[in-house]
Amino acid sequence: MPTKPEAPQTSPTSTDGLIDIEGLEVHFDLRGGTFKRLLGMDTGTVKAVDGVDISLRRGEVLGLVGESGSGKTTLGRAILGLVPSTKGSITYHEGRGRNGGDGVDRVVSELRGGDLRRLRTDLQMVFQDPHAALNPSMNIETAVGHPLKIHGIAKGAELKKLVAAALERVGLAPAEQFMSKFPPDLSGGQKQRAVIARAIILDPEVLVADEPVSMLDMSVRAKILQLMLDLKNDLGLTYVYITHDLASAKFFCDRVAIMYLGRIVEIGPTEEIFADPKHPYTKALLQAIPEPDPDKMVPRDLPRGEIPDAAQPPMGCSFHPRCPVAVAECGWETRDLRSLLEEHWLRQDPVVYEEEKELVGDLDVLDEPGKTVTLGKGQSSSRVKDLLDRIRAENADDPLWKGVESVEEAADGVRVTFHQGYDPLLRPSGGVEVACVLHPTAVTTEPSLPG
Amino acid sequence: MALAARVLSPFRQTTGFARWILLAGIVLVTGFVILAVFAPWIAPFDFAQTRYADGTRFPKGAPPGGDFLMGTTSFGSYDVFSRVVWGSRTALQVVIISVVLSLLIGAPLGVISGFLGGALDRVLVLVMDALYAFPSLLLAIVFAFLLSDLFGGGVAAAGVALTVIYIPQYFRVVRNTTVSAREATYVEAARAMGAPKRTIITRYLFGNVVQSVPVIGTLNAADAIGTLAALGFLGIGIQPGEAAEWGYDLQRALADAGAGIWWTGVFPGLAIVLLVTGLTLVGEGLNETVNPTLRRRKLRPFTLPPRGAVAFEAGKGQVDL
Amino acid sequence: MTIEETGPSPANTSSDLVLSVRDLRVWYGTERGAVRAVDGVSFDLRKGEILGLVGESGCGKSTLGRGLLGLLPTGAAIDGELSFLGEDLLAMPKKEMFAKRGVELGMIFQEPLTRLNPLMRISEHFSETLRQHEKGISKEEIERRSLEVLSVMGIPPTRFRSYPHEFSGGMRQRLMIALALVLRPAFVVADEPTTALDVLVEAQIIRILHDLRRDFETSLLLITHNLGIIAEACDRVAVMYAGEIVEIGDARDVFRDPQHPYTRELLRSTISLSTTGLNFIPGAPPDLVDPPPACRFHPRCPDAMNICATRHPVQRQMPSGSRAECWAADLRHGYADDLTDEDTRPLAREEISIADEA
Repeated sequence: MPTKPEAPQTSPTSTDGLIDIEGLEVHFDLRGGTFKRLLGMDTGTVKAVDGVDISLRRGEVLGLVGESGSGKTTLGRAILGLVPSTKGSITYHEGRGRNGGDGVDRVVSELRGGDLRRLRTDLQMVFQDPHAALNPSMNIETAVGHPLKIHGIAKGAELKKLVAAALERVGLAPAEQFMSKFPPDLSGGQKQRAVIARAIILDPEVLVADEPVSMLDMSVRAKILQLMLDLKNDLGLTYVYITHDLASAKFFCDRVAIMYLGRIVEIGPTEEIFADPKHPYTKALLQAIPEPDPDKMVPRDLPRGEIPDAAQPPMGCSFHPRCPVAVAECGWETRDLRSLLEEHWLRQDPVVYEEEKELVGDLDVLDEPGKTVTLGKGQSSSRVKDLLDRIRAENADDPLWKGVESVEEAADGVRVTFHQGYDPLLRPSGGVEVACVLHPTAVTTEPSLPG
Repeated sequence: MALAARVLSPFRQTTGFARWILLAGIVLVTGFVILAVFAPWIAPFDFAQTRYADGTRFPKGAPPGGDFLMGTTSFGSYDVFSRVVWGSRTALQVVIISVVLSLLIGAPLGVISGFLGGALDRVLVLVMDALYAFPSLLLAIVFAFLLSDLFGGGVAAAGVALTVIYIPQYFRVVRNTTVSAREATYVEAARAMGAPKRTIITRYLFGNVVQSVPVIGTLNAADAIGTLAALGFLGIGIQPGEAAEWGYDLQRALADAGAGIWWTGVFPGLAIVLLVTGLTLVGEGLNETVNPTLRRRKLRPFTLPPRGAVAFEAGKGQVDL
Repeated sequence: MTIEETGPSPANTSSDLVLSVRDLRVWYGTERGAVRAVDGVSFDLRKGEILGLVGESGCGKSTLGRGLLGLLPTGAAIDGELSFLGEDLLAMPKKEMFAKRGVELGMIFQEPLTRLNPLMRISEHFSETLRQHEKGISKEEIERRSLEVLSVMGIPPTRFRSYPHEFSGGMRQRLMIALALVLRPAFVVADEPTTALDVLVEAQIIRILHDLRRDFETSLLLITHNLGIIAEACDRVAVMYAGEIVEIGDARDVFRDPQHPYTRELLRSTISLSTTGLNFIPGAPPDLVDPPPACRFHPRCPDAMNICATRHPVQRQMPSGSRAECWAADLRHGYADDLTDEDTRPLAREEISIADEA
């Protein structure tokens, strides 16, 4: 199959903010264990989106890239009002002349009921799983035409014509062949095209695409992405492209926002982000992508650990426990000490492990986030201090030690105190915005509070 | 046409056991349906008839033979066969009323409750669980009493009395299916489309959560026959003057057992057993058929062609490993 | 971390072979007929080697992976030659097969959460596994071996008595790998082990799998649809299409100089950081109940010739080092001298429309 010419990337014609998001937070209550619920105890909240400010520009393709728990999916749904926002606002500046409107601003986060539903003619969504996104008991004609029916825009023969046009537009031609089929009769790629047809039939302005190709085979992904690009140019759409696949984001998006644990950690034009990633997380993501080229093997320092529990995020910068270049102000805390100990014990003999574990005492005190902790209660504090010194000597470069302010022998054990940490906000740095104390240097923000 | 093919496809796919029990059940049930529908032509006499057209009384307690295929009763000299036939009609009428009514109330309530959640859901679940926990026969008795004042002692009353005890079953199953279905992507897509709640309930949820209903329906029907007979046995529900009822006949036949008169009890009893069995077989057969996890597909047998043939055709095997 | 120089040692004795597969076929029955999921597959696997098996959905790679371990779908028939460390697995009675699984033959699945018992601690999982295959093993020995393998996987000993749900997705998969390896099987099949994981965790797991050979001398069959992972972790790669291996060879050779058009097109369709244009393969993978005659790729192949629709291509060792079956490749290297002009004329086909798309 000959290479298709690269789709001309239409840069946004203006810097008009089509959708302005300010201070957005979306919290979910945790269900918690039965016991807790019985006692009516607080079961905790997850801040799926934890303070996002972003402006979607007309005509652009904005990528939201992140792993699970990053909040990208929740953010996408909040834009459409599919999940309620807990704090902040989402304002949609409707274009002039659309739907006979006069360019009124609507605050999506505050709309309810019928008003919110009417917004659906302007803001639409394409889902990840084509096999689940279509109602099994509707045939394609009904399914794709249903939005028109719901909003009372067309019916009967007129509706059928519009459905046929939409189907042809997404490549399901001849339309008659597909109209009477049911979802199980179509392949994955065909279903996704139908889902796209259903999304564009209302002539929306914005399309939020949630991992639209990640469940399709490799050889089909390019087709669907190409279709989406063509539609964007033909229909003047604006996209929010949610994905965990940086490679497709690089190809598809004008601007990319990298998200981690509910925040945007880096955002900027695609070329900038990929040519010169600044945030350590962005760098790690780029290095981790497996390239299908055995010759292009580069040494990779993978960040250790995994995405932390969103219900109790790390103090300071959420990425600091995994960051290879973290410094003193990144928000080091007691839980990092536990990880350090566990890593140390990975390399020890079981006998030594048992001994040292005795020495350190109750490990659970290390699960409470805080800036100071006392280890080895009831043990010889000099031996505990020796242990810590030994561990430090084993790997003095571990960023944690930069964050340790002091290790003191006290009456009841050894007290470890960490430096004050900061929770960095997005700041401009060389063409992009980054949330990292390292970029640009010497600017600090409000201190973070424990818990 | 395509829709019919899709509905029938699981049936075509079933194999062996499921198919046979389904067929056996359908045969039995159809037999009774025929009796019920064509009762006026099949039954030689009316259910309350005790005399010939010319006024002669039927013999009392006559054994099977002659004009009376199944004999006559010792009380009131009714024709057992006619009463069995007319009893089919009663049974099916009552059961249809009760199953259809309980379905029409229980299933939609289940969908609405499952989708809307919240306080409504919690209250309904509580009520339904309470009803369900009640021994069904007791509940049926209570309702039969209450309704006999309103409706009299006929088929309608019995039907309605039996309705309430089955509503919770439809409610529970449909509600639980709805609670999981409402998280489905296509439901979220419906919300993203801007569909109002009632459209989501009717077009997106309803059709997809009622697959278990036919199975529950048939199993309920089987249970309803039994419960109706129990009511009749206890002398509640259908009054003898209104319609023939097998349970009532059974109760009347109790006294005959000691006297060696077996036909007054055995035939109505057999009728109950056969109809209940038939309905249960249909229910279980449907379950095996419709439930995709239980369905054992009819696999077309095949044989692997011998290796040599394939290799030759394929040109394989000429390789340096 | 760089890939070590791979390649078989010059003295490639058969004692080095862990798995030997010839003309393996796995067909299973459906309502419409027999699905020819694996239809004549041949390859070898040496000790400590990682072979990647790549293909799109429906190509039969999962069936092959499971078939090698004797885990066949209902109504399946298996045929051919399958020998593991010299023993014929196809002739082996079920009981023996069962005993081998876990001990000598291991499997790592895609979704770790569903394979772990939520009511059992990790320590109990290990003790169950070890006890089943080594009766009379002592508690201390169990703990020692479990902790040993867990530490290789990067799971600290403090978590030994935790429950599965207390682990994150990546750690669970590492747990699965640890459980699969604690008995030191000689051969492990990993079926899409990282598909459900995030990018960074995936990279960690792939590194672990890559290091398996060094730490455990295990041979690994890595099944995936992700070509990037293959390039990172595998010594050799087998490309599977419609139940057949269309190309197999050293990973470097196959990626640098793909012989089979499907391999080439698959590589072209992969969207990576260096992608500048969108490529795809028109049409859809064929129905395995009734695959296309002769070369199964011919309806979608840009290089298809008349011969491709009439005669199945012959497996050949290509100059690049890989083994492929393709008439166009044969022609390129001057192998198929007996083909006429008519044979080599480009195949006339109907335009593939969206209606046939995957």
